[in-house]
Amino acid sequence: MNALRVAIAVVTVAAWYQPLLAASDPPPGAASCSGCHSTGTTTSSISRLYGRDAGDIAKAMAGFRDGSLPATVMNRIAKGFTDEESRAIAAWLAAQK
Amino acid sequence: MGISHRISRRDFCRVAATAAAAAAFPLPAFAQAAARVVVIGGGFGGASCARALKQIDPKLQVTLVEPNRTFIACPFSNNVIAGLRSIEQQQFGYDKIASGGVTVVPQAATKIDATARTVGLADGTSLGYDRLVLSPGIDLRFDALQGYDEAAAAKMPHAWKAGEQTLLLRKQLEAMDDGGLVVIAAPANPFRCPPGPYERACLIAHYLKTKKPRSKLLILDAKDAFSKQRLFQNAWKELYPGMVEWVSLSQGGKVNGVDPATNTLITDFGNHTAQVANVIPPQRAGRIAAIAGATDTTGWCAIDPVTFESKSAPNIHVIGDACLAGAMPKSAFTANAQAKVCAAAIATLISGGTPAAPKLINTCYSLAAPDYGISIAGVYQPKNGLLADVEGAGGVSPLEAPRDFRAREADYAQTWFATITAEVFG
Repeated sequence: MNALRVAIAVVTVAAWYQPLLAASDPPPGAASCSGCHSTGTTTSSISRLYGRDAGDIAKAMAGFRDGSLPATVMNRIAKGFTDEESRAIAAWLAAQK
Repeated sequence: MGISHRISRRDFCRVAATAAAAAAFPLPAFAQAAARVVVIGGGFGGASCARALKQIDPKLQVTLVEPNRTFIACPFSNNVIAGLRSIEQQQFGYDKIASGGVTVVPQAATKIDATARTVGLADGTSLGYDRLVLSPGIDLRFDALQGYDEAAAAKMPHAWKAGEQTLLLRKQLEAMDDGGLVVIAAPANPFRCPPGPYERACLIAHYLKTKKPRSKLLILDAKDAFSKQRLFQNAWKELYPGMVEWVSLSQGGKVNGVDPATNTLITDFGNHTAQVANVIPPQRAGRIAAIAGATDTTGWCAIDPVTFESKSAPNIHVIGDACLAGAMPKSAFTANAQAKVCAAAIATLISGGTPAAPKLINTCYSLAAPDYGISIAGVYQPKNGLLADVEGAGGVSPLEAPRDFRAREADYAQTWFATITAEVFG
């Protein structure tokens, strides 16, 4: 009985923690982007991705992957992600401010 | 600063009681109190990780232990050696990291008790932790090449940690007469920044071509292949014809020892006396990793590819150059990418969750000349306990490309450095 109570408490704590983490937990690969793509204000030649339209980002990734969009390095990187993974990354980037 | 993190006896008892109660269940033992994460090492890995932890969960108590008040970045330090950049442009401070809520402790970590979960500092105080992150970078092995110790490095600089050594190599090149011989000794794998010695050869050659065109540059290598090899070799031919020569391992390039008195590098096939000798010795994980029990017989740290937790020291995570990350090279980009994944994994572990398998990216630019950039990229995922290349992804810049393509990559290299240093320190 005691064990059950503790278990419930644990589940409650976990449930309380999870949404907070889920909101900020980037999907596989997404955390790496900011190594090159600035998260702050930038006037540089590498575009900022935070807050951009998710559809645009996913479309660009698909273009880099199939070679229809010319690139120096993004073609090599995009090939490491499936369309589904790219869309998850795009959605996460779009949701960042 | 250390005081507030020290575990008092009473705290310890309370923690122990909680832990005992918790032991029966896989629950977050420290979910109630703010969990404490200590990060050792304020380079691209550690500083990124401390910052990311605080951003993911502001309730975490995050402490960054780093004895130096100023960080001096290695990427682009070859430009300093070539006279293309000042050392000040390589320097970054920790003020912004501290103002973001990370406690920055300007001390060296000297001891780690993995059982008591404490870090001992040089001033005798200690910090308790729930999770510890080691990002100590590299130590140069002054026991690996006969005659190459710290005193020898003052004569034959390694310049593989940026700072005084970078400036020393710069000064030696400036002082050298036209017609002199510069020798770079490159180590076997694994080592920090795999394309670094060859970028250095390019940028030194750029300086020599401009100022001392009768000079020569010789690379003595302890291996038969290297990162971006054909791109570099093409660039040497195209940009610095007749100036750069690479001697591979099988051609007798492995340096076994040095004589600093005569600036001589010794190989099995003969000796080379240089006007300027840049000796990059073999390396291992920064010393604190061994103190923590996180190194294996190679001197590096085996890690879990999902959480970056040490395979030998529980609750201790190792990121950056110090860890053995499978296919991921030891680069600043890698350290930063690993730091963010490790921070998310730690936050998940502390909250009692199970971290999902990550994917990581690396991109490394090198400059063959100020307006001639080349790159290597990779995408990685956990496989068989290591981080493996995602097949079909990654690779190097095209071997044939117009100069404006190289110029664009050189521009991206500059932008990358500005972006990553702003993310980590700005």
